[in-house]
Amino acid sequence: MVKVLFFARLRQQLGTGEVRLENFSGSIAALRDALCDQNPAWRAHLCDDNIRTALNQELVATDCAVAGGDEVAFFPPVTGG
Amino acid sequence: MSSFDRIIVCETPFDVAAEYAALQRGACADGACAMFVGSVRDFNAGNGVTQLALEHYPGMTEKSLAGIIADARARWGLGRVHVIHRVGAMQVNEEIVFVGVTSPHRQAAFAACQYIMDRLKTEAPFWKRETVHAEDGASEERWVDARASDTAELEKWA
Repeated sequence: MVKVLFFARLRQQLGTGEVRLENFSGSIAALRDALCDQNPAWRAHLCDDNIRTALNQELVATDCAVAGGDEVAFFPPVTGG
Repeated sequence: MSSFDRIIVCETPFDVAAEYAALQRGACADGACAMFVGSVRDFNAGNGVTQLALEHYPGMTEKSLAGIIADARARWGLGRVHVIHRVGAMQVNEEIVFVGVTSPHRQAAFAACQYIMDRLKTEAPFWKRETVHAEDGASEERWVDARASDTAELEKWA
């Protein structure tokens, strides 16, 4: 099981902050595509070039591999401070 | 994480005077202390701001800040490093962020304080949502957009 989190504007656009995927293995990019196949309305938001990705709470590129037990997050550029 | 580091993510206001005292008292080997405090501004992108809300990614936030502090320690000889960041709802003029650094000498303290803020602005998973006065007098909420100038600031540390 892979836990997938969404934050801020993206969370609002998708209408959810968390989904879980069973039996997934592949890259973050493949995971994103799988989510967009399940929810076609998400593609415009989730596949935006500005969206950042984290794997197990560290910023990574979308070619990173995901395995069961991992936590993946998608979010817009950060605006703290 | 060094025992001289302190990372706090909190929903309640903090007291800068108390934070300075906590940072500096007993740091007897350090003659320098540099602090940065960021507050909620009353305008942004042409509109008056009345309230700000901050969302974050619990867990990753603390991990990200700890990594930034560790990188600062690798660059400069630092004593104590304290980072505090508010989340949740806050009002205009309230403090959002505090970065305090002690060091034997001022150059390291100044540089590390700026370095930590520059990295925090572009990496730590916080997102601002502001309530603004719209032109028709109504209030509206909007997510704050990231600034390219914040990313450009990082180049000086490359």
